Amino acid sequence: MLQGWVIVLTSFAYLGLLFAIAFYADQRADAGRSIIASPYVYSLSLAVYATAWTFYGSVGRAASDGVGFLPIYIGPTLMIALWWVVMRKILRISKQNRITSLADFIASRYGKSALLGGVVTVIAVIGILPYISLQLKAISSSFTIVLQYPQIIMPGKVDAVPVLQDTAFWVALILAAFTIAFGTRHLDAAEHHEGMVAAIAFESLVKLLAFLAVGAFVTFGIYNGFGDLFGRAAGDPKLNAMMTPLDGVAGGYASWVWLTILSMMAIMFLPRQFQVTVIENVNEKHLNKAIWLFPLYMLAINIFVLPIAFGGLLHFPEGTVDADTFVLTLPMSEKQELLALLVFIGGLSAATGMVIVETIALSTMVCNDLVMPVLLRLQRLRLNERSDLTGLLLGIRRGAIVGILLLGYLYFRLAGEAYALVSIGLISFAAVAQFAPVVLGGIFWKGGTRLGALAGLSAGFAVWLYTLLLPALARSDWLPIRFIEDGPFGIALLKPLELFGLTGLDQITHAMIWSMLANIGAYLAVSVWGTRSADEHRQASLFVDVFGQAGEAGGARFWRGTASVPDLYNVLARFLGSAGADSAFNDYAGARGLTWPSDPLIADADFVHFVEVQLAGAIGAASARIMIASVVKEEALTLDEVRAIVDEASQVVAYSHRLEQKSRELEAATTELRAANERLKELDRLKDEFVSTVTHELRTPLTSIRAFSEILREDPNVDAAQRRKFLEIITKETERLTRLINQVLDLSKIESGKADWQELRVDMREVISDTVSAMDQLCQERGIQIETRVPERVPPVSGDVDRIIQVMLNLLSNAVKFCEAGRGRIEIALSERGGRLRVDVRDNGPGISAEDQAIIFDKFRQAGDTLTNKPQGTGLGLHICRHIIAHHGGELWVESRPGAGACFSFTLPIQPADAIVLPAAA
Amino acid sequence: MGKQVLIADDEPNIVTALEFLLQRNGYEVSIARNGDEALKLIEQNRPDLVLLDVMMPLRSGYEVCQMVRAREDLRHIKIVVLTAKGRPADANKGLALGADLYITKPFSNRELIAKINGLLDVHS
Repeated sequence: MLQGWVIVLTSFAYLGLLFAIAFYADQRADAGRSIIASPYVYSLSLAVYATAWTFYGSVGRAASDGVGFLPIYIGPTLMIALWWVVMRKILRISKQNRITSLADFIASRYGKSALLGGVVTVIAVIGILPYISLQLKAISSSFTIVLQYPQIIMPGKVDAVPVLQDTAFWVALILAAFTIAFGTRHLDAAEHHEGMVAAIAFESLVKLLAFLAVGAFVTFGIYNGFGDLFGRAAGDPKLNAMMTPLDGVAGGYASWVWLTILSMMAIMFLPRQFQVTVIENVNEKHLNKAIWLFPLYMLAINIFVLPIAFGGLLHFPEGTVDADTFVLTLPMSEKQELLALLVFIGGLSAATGMVIVETIALSTMVCNDLVMPVLLRLQRLRLNERSDLTGLLLGIRRGAIVGILLLGYLYFRLAGEAYALVSIGLISFAAVAQFAPVVLGGIFWKGGTRLGALAGLSAGFAVWLYTLLLPALARSDWLPIRFIEDGPFGIALLKPLELFGLTGLDQITHAMIWSMLANIGAYLAVSVWGTRSADEHRQASLFVDVFGQAGEAGGARFWRGTASVPDLYNVLARFLGSAGADSAFNDYAGARGLTWPSDPLIADADFVHFVEVQLAGAIGAASARIMIASVVKEEALTLDEVRAIVDEASQVVAYSHRLEQKSRELEAATTELRAANERLKELDRLKDEFVSTVTHELRTPLTSIRAFSEILREDPNVDAAQRRKFLEIITKETERLTRLINQVLDLSKIESGKADWQELRVDMREVISDTVSAMDQLCQERGIQIETRVPERVPPVSGDVDRIIQVMLNLLSNAVKFCEAGRGRIEIALSERGGRLRVDVRDNGPGISAEDQAIIFDKFRQAGDTLTNKPQGTGLGLHICRHIIAHHGGELWVESRPGAGACFSFTLPIQPADAIVLPAAA
Repeated sequence: MGKQVLIADDEPNIVTALEFLLQRNGYEVSIARNGDEALKLIEQNRPDLVLLDVMMPLRSGYEVCQMVRAREDLRHIKIVVLTAKGRPADANKGLALGADLYITKPFSNRELIAKINGLLDVHS
């Protein structure tokens, strides 16, 4: 039954079945009724971790190391316990930022660096090549073995067969075609491959079933249960030794530890694992079920590993059959054709699952993170003019798939024989483990920088190359073996398997220690001693603080630039097609209560960020960044500006405080202004009053003058006596008018400060005597006596002598005016007191009442306003006198009681002798 | 019978001039030198016209005008307000208080007589 064509047919039938399942799942997804939105499907899809390596290789490992095969499965189980913290965070970050691959994740975290994305892609591709070659080897080997039925012959050396006759080559090509059909039929904005996930879940079931079947067969069919099997194994000393954990493992503790750690990294950072766990995840809650379902699967698929291993070792004579093939050869040796076929299909299933997912993941990375950034940068102008780039993207991916598989085949031919399956796989594990520091550091530590990540990855990868990949090539005779044995150029310290003298470890452990040291060391050192750009800062916050943020708006805060909605639509349509762009714009508008395209959308920071995120879902964060930057006139925010934006918020509080203070000051100023305004208005009013009063005072004498003048003119017959009287009045009123005008002008000059003040030496004795003699005649007429009391000599004062005389005359004439004729007595006294000269003018008139005392110094006010006798005078005299005395630095005041006369006094300060200017000689 | 005119002003010279002028034009003249006196004489003599100066002691011309106009029996008396203040506001105030005429000093004798004649319907 196991003829070649049967096997081939069955294989194609199985593959066809997988394809049908995928197709059906895609149809359901397009119709909106996805079948993979189930936590069970999700958990099963995670089981793509178990490849042909698990299927064949774990038995092989168990056969040589006994329990030592376990760390590779303990690791994931342990890791999954930590998933609640780590994976949840990665999931959340990836959803928010539309991460499309592992390279995209790392590039995005470290400032959307296209360079970093490219480096990660290269490391991933090179690192996974051994793993892919492993699958090719498994399929071709198992095919060859099954073909030889009923004989059991181990496959010959690989390079003995020409390429075109090499099964593995054709397997590679067929798998390439299959993968292209699976994963590149169209471009999905979120990189979901629903069909692929459904097919993987199915094949996980198939391989589990096959393994359990053969395990049950060996345990219960060939032997009589676990007890019987282990009993017999115990009887064999070599097998017995393998049953104790530590002794059976090369390298002891260290090896166990490192293998466990290695597989913990693998379950996270193998591109296919990242793809199914993170990218293909549709609901964060599925993680909760996966955390216990997946370990359960692991347990199930490993139950029979030891039994099969021991069974094979016991069954076949030593060294005749490769332990890797026990799962196949045991049923074959027992003539179980159907079972053998099932096992073959199981192995095929495991291998194809791995290849499909891994290659799709890798091709996405190659397209988004390696090729597209370069293309966009190089042919920027031309690419921008092409309106639909989906064809180009798909083409790049298909090319990448073919390329990766061919490279895998190449590795298979070059180095596939060097190690057993397990070791080959571990080499790949060690490669992807290099991503652990930058990813774990990236999501928990904001201090990691782009340069640090580059440094860490480069260092780790370099060590990996040197300690694992090159020796593999050397062992296959592609590099001189001396290179391993003696070190490059004979330098013993640089021996690839014993770097710097570290001996006694198995190769993987050795490589892991050194690569992790280099990786973590470089990452930390360069990050701590370097600086971060504004982009890195923002991305670091977005990633590390993802659980603290309110959704996708977080990334838009620190952005500044101008954009247009049509431009953004075009760029989105170019990669998602117009249907995709419309759908995205609809979602955005809907979230804001608008409808697209009827309502206008504003191209603000939030919108540009939204478009960029959508774009990133199709072509990766780094490429999206480039595209958006080319469409939008962006102004680069330096870190200082970002800091400024943040500072501004805190400054607003301080600013409002200052504003409050300012407004209080303003109120105070307003009150002051109002008061000043009131004062000005008062002064204005006073001025108006003054003008009005002066007008009145001028017009009054004018009235008499005019009236009498007209009378005399009209009537020539006025008698002589009256005529004389009238002319007298005219003359007197004219004089009165003149006096008034003079005084008003005088006052005006003094008040406006335009008067000329002399500053000469003044002898008050002279002033007094001059004044008295001027008044002499008038006093004699009216019978008033004047007495003067002056000292012999007085110090001179400095001032305007004419003005001082004016004051003296005014006071004296007032005194004369108010004295009773015939009985008046005026006394003038001069004295020196406290640096001042004082003059008193006392009269024995009626005195001045207190009310009048208050007003006589005011303008136009005179004592006696209330009397029926209106006294002569302008009312300005005393006012002007006060101004004059004040100008000289003295004071003028009155003391009086009604009925007891009045005494007017003024003081003048005595100047120091040398300050006095003598008057010019007269 | 001649018309009676009361001159109310505190400036003696102006009073003298007005007295001479009015008498020469055939009017009987009485004189008040302040507001209170003016009121008293108006009450007593019931002149036909009052020449009222505004700026007077004890009671201003405005007040006198107001009080005269308030009385029914004195309504017929013509009041001419004389003042040296010439602002429009003062003119309006006087007329608003009931004065028949408002004349600013200095005035033209001829004009004054003509106006008084007009008010008293006297043709010279």
